[in-house]
Amino acid sequence: MAAKFDTPELFKNIEIIDTPKYEVNSMVHSSPYPAKAQHNEKLGFPGKLVDNWEEKAVTRLGELVDGSRALRTFLDSCVKCGACADKCHYYLGTKDPKNMPVARQDLLRSIYRRYYTFAGKHFPKLVGARDMDKSVLDEWYSYFHQCSQCRRCSVFCPYGIDTAEISMAARDIMDTVGHGQKYCNEILGKLQTVGNNLGLPEKALINTLENLEEEVEEDTGVAVKYPVDVKGADVLLIVPSADFFAEPHIDGLIGYGKVFHQAGISWTLSSYASEAANFSMFIGSGDNLKKVAQRIRDAAEELGVKRIIVGECGHAWRVAYSFWNTLVGPFDFLDPNYPAPQHIVEFTYDLIQRGALNLDKEANDHRRITFHDSCNVARASRMGNIPGGQFILPRALITASANHFFDMSPETIHENTFCCGGGGGLLTDDLMEIRIKGAMPRMQALKQVVDEHGVNSMVAICAICKAQFSKALPAYQFPMDMITSLHQVVGDAIQLGTKT
Amino acid sequence: MTLSVVYAILFYAATLLLVVGVARKVIIYARTPAPLKIPVTPAPTTKAGVVWRMTKEVTVFQSLFKACKWTWLFGWMFHVALALVLFRHLRYFQEPVWAVVALMQPFGQYAGFAMLAGLLGLWARRFLVDRVRYISSLSDHLMLALLVAIGLSGLAIKYLAHTDIVALKTWMLGLMYFDLQPLPSDIFVLLHLGLVIVLMVIFPISKLLHVPGLFFMPTRNQVDNPREVRHTAGWTAK
Ligand code: SF4
Ligand code: SF4
Repeated sequence: MAAKFDTPELFKNIEIIDTPKYEVNSMVHSSPYPAKAQHNEKLGFPGKLVDNWEEKAVTRLGELVDGSRALRTFLDSCVKCGACADKCHYYLGTKDPKNMPVARQDLLRSIYRRYYTFAGKHFPKLVGARDMDKSVLDEWYSYFHQCSQCRRCSVFCPYGIDTAEISMAARDIMDTVGHGQKYCNEILGKLQTVGNNLGLPEKALINTLENLEEEVEEDTGVAVKYPVDVKGADVLLIVPSADFFAEPHIDGLIGYGKVFHQAGISWTLSSYASEAANFSMFIGSGDNLKKVAQRIRDAAEELGVKRIIVGECGHAWRVAYSFWNTLVGPFDFLDPNYPAPQHIVEFTYDLIQRGALNLDKEANDHRRITFHDSCNVARASRMGNIPGGQFILPRALITASANHFFDMSPETIHENTFCCGGGGGLLTDDLMEIRIKGAMPRMQALKQVVDEHGVNSMVAICAICKAQFSKALPAYQFPMDMITSLHQVVGDAIQLGTKT
Repeated sequence: MTLSVVYAILFYAATLLLVVGVARKVIIYARTPAPLKIPVTPAPTTKAGVVWRMTKEVTVFQSLFKACKWTWLFGWMFHVALALVLFRHLRYFQEPVWAVVALMQPFGQYAGFAMLAGLLGLWARRFLVDRVRYISSLSDHLMLALLVAIGLSGLAIKYLAHTDIVALKTWMLGLMYFDLQPLPSDIFVLLHLGLVIVLMVIFPISKLLHVPGLFFMPTRNQVDNPREVRHTAGWTAK
């Protein structure tokens, strides 16, 4: 377990996130547990570090560069201008200079230069190129697991160099030589055998949902359904499995059910594809990315649905929105009148526009709400049909359901949003220190609206953000239950039984 | 005349390396697939929108402006001034000189100073800002030194030790028409030309590749329409 560490101090104003003076190696001790042999092998990787791994790693890097225009141009083009250096929440929270995006890239670029560029082959010292060896691998393992692949750096880079892509490539290389990360690889294994990250089997899932129906009926007096495996339903809803049991996720799931109930649209979950998350993206594995996405397509075809809707989950929405069509499309068996896939927020938004939901804002009067834009929604996807719809729609849902809404400081929302600190496959206890420190900028911005507007509820639309804030909020002396699912706010406002 | 021959050979070789080197990289970039849609959003949903986005990046360095005003100021000043200076230099490669080149002549001269100021500002950051100092390698300093030296030697020809500019132009035109003429052997001329040759040679093997690279970055040049249009390339096309 990680040693004790100090939670960074918060100030009243967000402007005070002044760039720290760096402290070399202040986070070099942070490394996640390595995957066990069986976890690696299940995903098609070698169980443990292979012989001549140095050579294999370099070869794999070459393959990746040949296969990705992004990686190739990113590795060639950085001018070391430093514009990205102070944009990473992990750098701001830890002061470790290797958490500056450009320095993180250089951990990989130094190897690329050494083996794949003229300058690095002949003048390594001059251009900071180095040989692949164990110290490099250790450094990669540490610092490429201190990147949540949030893309904030890329917004500010004059060329759009995206450190997330570089982290993904580095993790792919490490997996290829048998040095995988336990958290991601174990979870992906569960997903591919059981159908979700939690390893929740079909029976347990059905039980959970039956209990949920009883609970909601007790609370509201209305028999809201949470159906599973219903053939011929209109909508297949794909949610992150945390929605089935974790707080505050489950309140969001309850909210989705209420929306469907009042809209009178038939829907179902799938026990075979009971997971929206796809951690394959975090480890940069194309094969696994496709395999996991394929499960969802198969479930949709099997159930004969007309639409696929995705629940509140950031990276899952990126994979669904940006990659599904590429990986397992085209979705020509679905109703062409709706985008495939659709986000639950887009779905609810359309219903509100059509007047299909009766919302009582006063039901949320005890909440003073702010909204946390999740990285993958903000910077890697869209909602609705205009650029930036991913910022407008969720806020529209909040203001349609509640009276008190306050945005955080502009440099910390929309495409400038700060990561929760737990994305990109870091949401594991063995990385708690980096998670808490990385949450600092977001907590800073939150403190400002808490102090100025009495905000008591931070709404999010990502399973990882929700779980991460459940840990980060208390660490920064905020109440844990401040973190709220968007569809909990919507669900609480829905006047059940007022539409027929 | 020996000097003239040596410089001529170097110039031809450097031009060849520059053109072939950059063309090779551009071909490699163009041929390398972009398997997934990864524009950094909010991104334009149309091709025209992407052209507009890229235009803003290339002309006013929009993202850099957002990121860091000082780096933007010095960086933009350097690049714009360099563009003007290069444009002004066209006069040494043409006879008669185009009217617009002649018109730009005075601006081009001031631009020489602006270019230097920009470079020195950027260089100062490499010493004064601890983060930027940390990420700078020797080659980053040398690159700035080279550009500064080119700028200084150029200004020296103009303001310090006048050369026979007509003869220099005759030499350059001679190079272009394969009709070798004597090269004025003033020290600053030789220095200026020599450093430019070095710059041309290292262009395709250094970070100067950001110039072609910029246009190929999927994070900026992709249209945000993955649901509407099925995108496949490389491993996703298999
Ligand atoms: S992607 Fe996010 S976490 Fe990774 S280096 Fe960039 S800003 Fe930091
Ligand atoms: S902003 Fe872009 S070019 Fe500048 S140092 Fe960072 S990655 Fe390199």
